[in-house]
Amino acid sequence: MSTEVQPEGTGAPHEVGLDGAFSDALVRTRRFFTKGTVSADLRTLTKTGGRGADDFYRDRWSHDKVVRSTHGVNCTGSCSWKVYVKDGIITWETQQTDYPSVGPDRPEYEPRGCPRGAAFSWYTYSPTRVRYPYIRGVLLEMYREAKRQYGGDPVKAWAHIVDNPLRAKAYKAARGKGGLVRATWDEATEMVAAAYVHTIKKWGPDRVAGFSPIPAMSMVSHASGARFTSLIGGSMLSFYDWYADLPVASPQVFGDQTDVPESGDWWDAGYLIMWGSNVPVTRTPDAHWMTEARYRGQKVVVVSPDYADNVKFADEWLPAAPGTDGALAMAMGHVILKEFFVDRETPYFIAYTKKYTDLPYLVVLDPGGDGTAYRPGKFLTAADLPAHAGEENAHFKTALIDSRTDEVVVPNGSLGHRFGEAGAGKWNLDLGEVDPRLTLLGSGGESVQVELPRFDDASTSLIRGVPVRRVGDQVVTTVFDLMLAQYGVGRPGLPGAWPASYDDADAPYTPAWQETVTGVPAVAAARIAREFAANAEESRGRSMILMGAGTNHWFHSDTIYRGFLTLTTLTGCQGVNGGGWAHYVGQEKCRPITGWAQLAFGLDWLRPPRQMIHTAYWYLHTNQYRYDTFSADTVAASTGRGLLAGMSTADVIAKSARMGWMPSYPTFNRNPLDLADEAAAAGRPAAEHVVEQLKSGDLRFAAEDPDSPENFPRVLAIWRANLLGSSGKGNEYFLKHLLGTDNSLRATEAGDGQRPREVDWHEQAPEGKLDLLLTLDFRQTSTTIFSDVVLPAATWYEKHDLNTTDMHPFVHSFNPAIAPPWQTRTDWDAWQVIATKFSELAEGNLDTRRDIVAVPLLHDTPDAMANPHGVVRDWKHGECEPVPGVTMPKIVEVERDYTAIGAQMQALGPLLDKLGTTTKGVTYDVAASIDFLRSKNGAVRGGPADGRPSLKRDVHACEAILALSGTTNGHLATQGFKTLEKRTGTRLHDLAAEHEGKRITFADTQAAPVPVITSPEWSGTEAGGRRYSPFTINVERLKPWHTLTGRQHFYLDHDWMTELGENLPVYRPPLNMAALFAETPVGDVGGAAVEGVTVRYLTPHSKWSIHSEYQDNLFMLSLSRGGQTIWMSDKDAAKVGVQDNDWIEAVNRNGVVVARAIVSHRMPEGTVYMHHAQDRLIDVPIAETSGKRGGIHNSLTRILVKPSHVIGGYAQLSFAFNYLGPTGNQRDEVTVIRKRSQEVTY
Amino acid sequence: MKVMAQMAMVMNLDKCIGCHTCSVTCKQAWTNRAGTEYVWFNNVETRPGQGYPRRYEDQEEWQGGWELNKRGRLKLKAGGRLKKLATIFSNPKMPSIQDYYEPWTYDYATLTDAPAQEHTPVARPKSLISGKDMKISWSSNWDDDLGGSAATAEHDPVLKKVGDKVKFEFEQTFMFYLPRICEHCLNPSCAASCPSGAIYKRTEDGIVLVDQDRCRGWRMCVSGCPYKKVYFNHRTGKAEKCTFCFPRVEVGLPTVCAETCVGRLRYIGLVLYDADRVLEAASVMPESALYEAQRSILLDPHDPEVMRAAERDGVPRDWIDAAQRSPVNALINTYKVALPLHPEYRTMPMVWYIPPLSPVVDVVRETGEDAEKRENLFAAIDVLRIPIEYLAELFTAGDVAPVDGVLRKLAAMRSYMRDINLGRDPDGAIPAAVGMGEEEMYDMYRLLALAKYDERYVIPPAHAEQAHDLEEVACSLDYEGGPGMGGSGPFGEGSGGTTPIAVENFRMLQDRQTSDTLASPDDKAARVNLLNWDGKGSPQGLFPPKADE
Repeated sequence: MSTEVQPEGTGAPHEVGLDGAFSDALVRTRRFFTKGTVSADLRTLTKTGGRGADDFYRDRWSHDKVVRSTHGVNCTGSCSWKVYVKDGIITWETQQTDYPSVGPDRPEYEPRGCPRGAAFSWYTYSPTRVRYPYIRGVLLEMYREAKRQYGGDPVKAWAHIVDNPLRAKAYKAARGKGGLVRATWDEATEMVAAAYVHTIKKWGPDRVAGFSPIPAMSMVSHASGARFTSLIGGSMLSFYDWYADLPVASPQVFGDQTDVPESGDWWDAGYLIMWGSNVPVTRTPDAHWMTEARYRGQKVVVVSPDYADNVKFADEWLPAAPGTDGALAMAMGHVILKEFFVDRETPYFIAYTKKYTDLPYLVVLDPGGDGTAYRPGKFLTAADLPAHAGEENAHFKTALIDSRTDEVVVPNGSLGHRFGEAGAGKWNLDLGEVDPRLTLLGSGGESVQVELPRFDDASTSLIRGVPVRRVGDQVVTTVFDLMLAQYGVGRPGLPGAWPASYDDADAPYTPAWQETVTGVPAVAAARIAREFAANAEESRGRSMILMGAGTNHWFHSDTIYRGFLTLTTLTGCQGVNGGGWAHYVGQEKCRPITGWAQLAFGLDWLRPPRQMIHTAYWYLHTNQYRYDTFSADTVAASTGRGLLAGMSTADVIAKSARMGWMPSYPTFNRNPLDLADEAAAAGRPAAEHVVEQLKSGDLRFAAEDPDSPENFPRVLAIWRANLLGSSGKGNEYFLKHLLGTDNSLRATEAGDGQRPREVDWHEQAPEGKLDLLLTLDFRQTSTTIFSDVVLPAATWYEKHDLNTTDMHPFVHSFNPAIAPPWQTRTDWDAWQVIATKFSELAEGNLDTRRDIVAVPLLHDTPDAMANPHGVVRDWKHGECEPVPGVTMPKIVEVERDYTAIGAQMQALGPLLDKLGTTTKGVTYDVAASIDFLRSKNGAVRGGPADGRPSLKRDVHACEAILALSGTTNGHLATQGFKTLEKRTGTRLHDLAAEHEGKRITFADTQAAPVPVITSPEWSGTEAGGRRYSPFTINVERLKPWHTLTGRQHFYLDHDWMTELGENLPVYRPPLNMAALFAETPVGDVGGAAVEGVTVRYLTPHSKWSIHSEYQDNLFMLSLSRGGQTIWMSDKDAAKVGVQDNDWIEAVNRNGVVVARAIVSHRMPEGTVYMHHAQDRLIDVPIAETSGKRGGIHNSLTRILVKPSHVIGGYAQLSFAFNYLGPTGNQRDEVTVIRKRSQEVTY
Repeated sequence: MKVMAQMAMVMNLDKCIGCHTCSVTCKQAWTNRAGTEYVWFNNVETRPGQGYPRRYEDQEEWQGGWELNKRGRLKLKAGGRLKKLATIFSNPKMPSIQDYYEPWTYDYATLTDAPAQEHTPVARPKSLISGKDMKISWSSNWDDDLGGSAATAEHDPVLKKVGDKVKFEFEQTFMFYLPRICEHCLNPSCAASCPSGAIYKRTEDGIVLVDQDRCRGWRMCVSGCPYKKVYFNHRTGKAEKCTFCFPRVEVGLPTVCAETCVGRLRYIGLVLYDADRVLEAASVMPESALYEAQRSILLDPHDPEVMRAAERDGVPRDWIDAAQRSPVNALINTYKVALPLHPEYRTMPMVWYIPPLSPVVDVVRETGEDAEKRENLFAAIDVLRIPIEYLAELFTAGDVAPVDGVLRKLAAMRSYMRDINLGRDPDGAIPAAVGMGEEEMYDMYRLLALAKYDERYVIPPAHAEQAHDLEEVACSLDYEGGPGMGGSGPFGEGSGGTTPIAVENFRMLQDRQTSDTLASPDDKAARVNLLNWDGKGSPQGLFPPKADE
């Protein structure tokens, strides 16, 4: 057959047909042999019968049931999944698509998930699954032997091993080197319980620590061990700061840990900058909001040093050099201040900043040392004003000038109004008739010069003028005037040196200046700033910066972020849907936070719990402080006064601990149980006894001598985490000093002149401090294989739990698709077993003891008013008296019935009836919730918890969390707002009233994703079904931020902030590792220590894993390169002769990594990426450089503590768990990349 | 005119984030088993890049698809059918396992079992082909995100065609992702290549399947498919390929890859086409005319004549309705923003793509201009980071005009919507500049941006009452115990044999899970009560026999 065709616009007609006549005939015959139909033109076969042959695929798609669950991994995803089960076997998973609609004119949340999550079920039956309890063989043998020796007494047996240095060394040195043997749950938990009992008895409960991060990813599982650890008096280690996910700028600026918009709110933005956040890779389920919002006319800009996945979606790509983002942000701030505040006063921005920021507030200028330039000092407060000086909390009421009267006034809403009788009804942002004066220029005053620091050239300072007033005998200016000086935005009539124009490349912070730092063209920086602000002006605040780990994991990230927040705050974008900061690093948002906190910290039985800043903990206990070859004032500014001079960072930490700024556990160099006994024997209150002992010098802070055996951490339990494979910065330091096993540490210790002054130095650094490393996990990780005891955990498809995120407003449930297989158990179950065993062994060993808990000065409490003006007062240096709760930690006595811990774990305790719950300063009466839970969960019968609501099952714990939180219990949300109204004097409770009768139960979360209720636990409102954006309650309902002024802060006046030159936003370059640690400078080829090219070493998040999870998953390995890799540019590779897929080694003083190279032109020259947490278990050969197994990404990093992160006891710079603390940053590092022999051995 | 219905897909590459979730869910559901370790019915390629299997687009090498012979007749590129039959025992144009990749696993158990030893235990890679230790040197996605670009990207066959347009330098980097499944072609060369007649196209929805009973493992289909989307199961010795998840589609569910696409970029729906004109459209000259030719045989489902003819040709009314609501039809024919992949292969592929727009204004910034202005947006397309010639080689056999037209529409949509977003008056001149009306542009925006589930997927369920079209139901009538044999049918008490998924629905699933009694009661061996089977145990006859049975 053939026909003539001539399609439009084509060439000459020709005959169409198939092959030739003979083959036509041949094919035609097929018609007679088949049930199908050969098309008339003989092209193809269609078939309407005989399909039994495809039934294989039909059968494969069949399943018995579909179970809703989610993934408990710190990815912020919180995705709801369908888990398919056939024949009692989990087969696979696909995403749920039943999210409640967000409205007819927006995209929906469905489907949420990523390739990692889609591969999770592989773990269930994989050969890396931990199926039984394991104990290191050498330890187990010793334990069995010792038990025989001591008549079967487990506690004595444990003591026999760990108290003998030779025996202890024998099993500690074997850590990580195979030899795990199967044990029973009974034997393993007995040994673990014995270790706890012995350690508490001999060393004290604060020598026991627990680490489990990110409650939001599985709240009940987190609460399991945290509850046990807290009830026995152990220290729970923080995570948000340790992960460097905490943006310290958030407490600094907002007085809030972190509060950000849900991803659905990206849709509302008119302008979006993705800055250090590779959304398609790290926010995979939410990336579609970004791609779709572009279609609504949103402009998208990406700032990234490499051609990252998100650059594909960007209208513009600004490839700023790694770590220089702060310079770009400062230059953008310069443009916005100049064009939108000075050249033209943008009404929306002016009105916003007057009302919601500290820009109009007055700052006292201190005369300079030489009598010329002033330096920015402290906020002017009511205490400085004769008319107000006698008022309650006068030091915490800040002041500004009312432009109508030109008088200094003290507006409502500052910290001083938050606490105390007089402030009731006045803690609000209502300015009344007051019109704050932003600038003092042109109001008839004089002007003076101020000295401001710069860090691009630390040898000089900036001298710039500000208009001033005199208040009493003090010279004051506004924060706004200081900001203009800092940003270099000149105005006529002011003295000092100012940039000539945007093109002035020598003067911070012009666009041309930033080009010399970042490499981003000056015109581009200026234009993006202009567009960002213009969009905000036109849309009233709908410009957004989506920021992430790429900019948050640096030593000076707080300064980078303050630069960002300046952009979003100046332009009135905070507290506006579609605007403001969108920081997504870590799944920190546990929406039902109140309920979770009660369970996790045992607040229903005993208060206060011990909560420790994790970074400082390991900085000291893994001895990384001994390798600091520089002093703390290295990071001080040229304008500093020498407050840190001569101190090491360890000195700074010890100082912060004894002043009560930051927590410090172990606290004292004595068992706190014994200390309590001593106080009782002396007939003195505990606090009095401690103060007396400290003053006499008989008692010291453990932080002042971390290497003395009585101050070691002795027992560490890890669950839901992979400390040694993922978050442990300075991995080789951990292996050497904490675990006492083989390591590849190459660094040298500090010399005489560089050592701490107030922290004792032991000539020989201890190795193997830790007696017991216990891990609960469902798969083998670098942590499990280094652990002494490994307990097999249930997976996310095998238990009940809860999961939330900041990315969306829904509460998700975990549900078992199958029962925990083999001998695995849920965390909730396992910790109850441990607790019960512990209580058994406590009989006669511990019984009931009194414990002395040292508590730091806490945020959102009157403690935040302990230090007026943030002045450093160290009692040890005679600068004040040691007064608990003021100049040193609060000292609280707690009675612990150690034989009742097992019972307490399983029931909701009675303290809630008496004290209620408190979150962020609001206290709730939860009596109704407790009654509900008693009925819902049933009451415990008999024992120490008789009559209390049961928490025995994980479902009970889920119900308790939901019933005790305002976000999931409308009664509590409304009650909380009503309580808050008494303080603010503004109307709030209507925000929750629409859901007052709504009580989310666990069954609701099993049926579908459930949206949460607006609650005072968070700062944004979802009332009326709107998308969540933080601070909308502050902006719309005039509720103050939890800061000194009650407004968003550009200016921070604490002594140490001044010392570091960070009163105002600044640009600080990445740390210079060549100067600090004598590493080879970046770009050098050759090198003194190791042959190779020196490059910046960045560890961004991987496309094929979530931290270390999934990196060992066969699906992910098959889609990537199947093992540890390092991305490098073709240019760097050429310098050292490396080809794609070659084996290379990365070497610096901290350790050695072996990996294969991925060479690509999308990488910038001078920087390599080793995607973080690839662990060391998959295809890692022996390193040539060390002769040992190659390391992990953290083998090349180490902990570096920024002194300003341990500030405490002052307004928003007060401690709260995971709210403030030193970050475990790791981005400033460098490494040598060398080509190695391509023959590898294992 | 012979009207046939085709289930088709459109992927909006402008939204693809390259996450590979589709690949994983597909593999989990269909090919995570022995014999198919290396098989990814769905894969995602970074472009520029070599793809999977390597360089599959180089038809000079692989000889896939069709070409016109000297007389203008369509012939298989690998040679006529006669040649196929003649060379049936030697098939030289097969990609080797190395062209896909050598699948591997690890000795994970050593992490747990390792005895006390000098070094930390480590799991080493082991080949799933040989069982031996190996150094991994290629994977299913080796060049993801331009990995190894310096060494491998230059071998991208498409790059070759665009010559020196692309430089592998940091400042000029571009990339985008190309997810691929079987094209379920209107003119499938795999089917035409099969000597056994085992590959067929389903009459009612055009899904191309391999009859597993009939397949003799000649592998001519692997060679014949220019997209290399037919795979050889080395364990069963049969060909396997993407099934368009027919067990799901038959009940109105989207394919696994589509439903799990978190970029929300896949659309599934029907198109109606004139089966009588396929050959003529596949045979047009020159190649650059193939896109329009292919589009021209798709019929307007709103055309009363087409509707009448469709009914005449056995297309059910709800299917015609679905074709009218089809997002695929809208994107291909109404808005004309979706393009076929490699039309020059002349197979009439039925998975279409919206080319990626971004980033467009990158170059404009150098001029300091406002990059968002409409005229600048259009100017920017000329200096697109992704060379338009590259896209044209993928979608229009090298003709840049249609690609340019699509990109202009997308750019205009953003510009038009920005005014609305910011509360300005919309500017009708913007859609007019790309030949669209304001309402049409707004509707396209909703389909592309909001992309609600029920608008992304318009999938009419199969018609169970049409036994002749729905073979499994027809079959089920006469299997042992079925109504044809005097027993009750699949809806009755004693259904047996394999599970007819086509009649599976939520209500039945729920009944099975919540009912009291177990399946396979003792007194009724081999009879499965579907309504009461709760999944406990494995009733005989429910699953195919295991290999060792």
